Amino acid sequence: MAIIETKNLTYTYPGGTTPSISDISLTIKKGEFITLTGPSGCGKTTLCRCFNGLIPHFYSGKLEGDLVVKDLRVIDHSISNLARHVGLVFQNPENQLFALSVEKDVAFGLENVGMPREEIRKRVDWALQMTGIENLRERAPHELSGGQQQRVAIASVLAMQPDVMVLDEPTSFLDPLGAEKIFDVINELNKKLDITVILVEHRLDLASKYTDHVIVMDKGKVLFDGGPREIFASEEVRMTGVGIPKAVMLYQALKDEGIHLKEVPITSKEATQLIREIIIHDRS
Amino acid sequence: MIEVKDVHFTYPTGVKALREICLAVQDGEFVAIMGQNGAGKTTLVKHFNGLLKPTEGEVFIDGVNTRNLSIANLSRKVGFVFQNADYQLFCETVEEEIAFALRNFGFDEKTIKKRVTWALNLLDLMQYRKTSPFMLSGGERKRVALASILAWDPEVIILDEPTIGQDYHQKERLRQFIVQLNTQGKTVIMVTHDIEFVADCSPRVILMSQGKIVAEGVAEEILTNVNLLAQASILPPQITQIFLNLKDLGLPSKVINVHEGKKILLNFLGAPA
Repeated sequence: MAIIETKNLTYTYPGGTTPSISDISLTIKKGEFITLTGPSGCGKTTLCRCFNGLIPHFYSGKLEGDLVVKDLRVIDHSISNLARHVGLVFQNPENQLFALSVEKDVAFGLENVGMPREEIRKRVDWALQMTGIENLRERAPHELSGGQQQRVAIASVLAMQPDVMVLDEPTSFLDPLGAEKIFDVINELNKKLDITVILVEHRLDLASKYTDHVIVMDKGKVLFDGGPREIFASEEVRMTGVGIPKAVMLYQALKDEGIHLKEVPITSKEATQLIREIIIHDRS
Repeated sequence: MIEVKDVHFTYPTGVKALREICLAVQDGEFVAIMGQNGAGKTTLVKHFNGLLKPTEGEVFIDGVNTRNLSIANLSRKVGFVFQNADYQLFCETVEEEIAFALRNFGFDEKTIKKRVTWALNLLDLMQYRKTSPFMLSGGERKRVALASILAWDPEVIILDEPTIGQDYHQKERLRQFIVQLNTQGKTVIMVTHDIEFVADCSPRVILMSQGKIVAEGVAEEILTNVNLLAQASILPPQITQIFLNLKDLGLPSKVINVHEGKKILLNFLGAPA
């Protein structure tokens, strides 16, 4: 079942001369884990802003084509209505956090939809626990490190238990182990709660093992839409400057020298296994 | 030359961010400071341009104690590109942003124009010269911040997480560009989590954890030492992970980049048909 469907979606920011995204036609199914990637300035963030109605309701500008999210035509529904279904974690957490304590920030969305106090308490506790920041509960978000703020931003969106979570480079300020923890959390939300995840990410080496569907954008258009292995095998995609995992580069470098691994590895574990097979085969 | 002598730093809130830091960075060195969130990396480099002064101990820039120098004075020599570009951008156009510091340093208008054009070209920002920095994407803003620092040609360039929000091409450009700056004799110090970027650049690596320096050395040594990296909450580069897992087959394990990995495997397998 499609949870997000776009048809020929084209958008131009107010005052803009050329569209930031053009002719985007996509289907995202309920429960998918999508990685949305592409070079800087390709329109990833702009597309994400459409999913919860920030575009066109907040940014105005000119939106053409069709966009339906959870059977709601985005153009006909308010941001506050759409926000119940689509949670957006901003690229820069500081743009999203404003309360005087982490707890209050996480509770804010729930208060806004008029949830009973006891339920809010439960949801906040759960979201803080899921993101591993229970110890930051009383701290002021603006005093936290970039990585900690990113967790708070994720918790505040998570607390709403939306159908779709859109995360715009949610781990950019985090160290790799911290990033992996966040990806694990996101993955768990996706698998256990069936939340559809749209992850905007450059670091495909970290993200690809969780993903079943990758969308590559370039110059405002969708360039590729498919599985991670197919993407990395595509010359066209490599040319755009998408961050190809080093395991895939090694695969390619070996292939250029006439050594063919059985398939395209997307993790170091897979690469290890494939190389091991070749070495053992070579020895026998 | 930057000398850090037994520096401790405690924030007014009581958080001890640096403990017993001793470090020397020679002119023309390329150094990566790595470690987990909250390890004290940014706090340390903020001492290099006088944004912070040590609670205990001393920092010397070219032999002068930073306690005796103003930030205005130090920044001419030490340029600092913030992690979050939004902290440093405020002008109405990209062009003005880059010209701002140059005007402050008292360059004449002709030089300013030349330098601005140079920096715009260098970072592929020419098409945005009249655009507001806040209309740009996160990755582009980051490049504006970098351009505005490089424009005044400091001797030491500090880059706090330069690869955040940058795509692969831009990272590759950034790498070539850092190498170029370094070849020209500039000291480059970058704070980063981006292990793959460090593996590609192969600088001297300083590993921090909980306010202390836990290890330093060449990239090949530090990035392939799993125990050290784990202390600093860092995973080895993907290529290193692959080779560490193949150690039992008799392959070398101190491998950090694709090119080297390929060479080793080709040798190991013998020339294929």
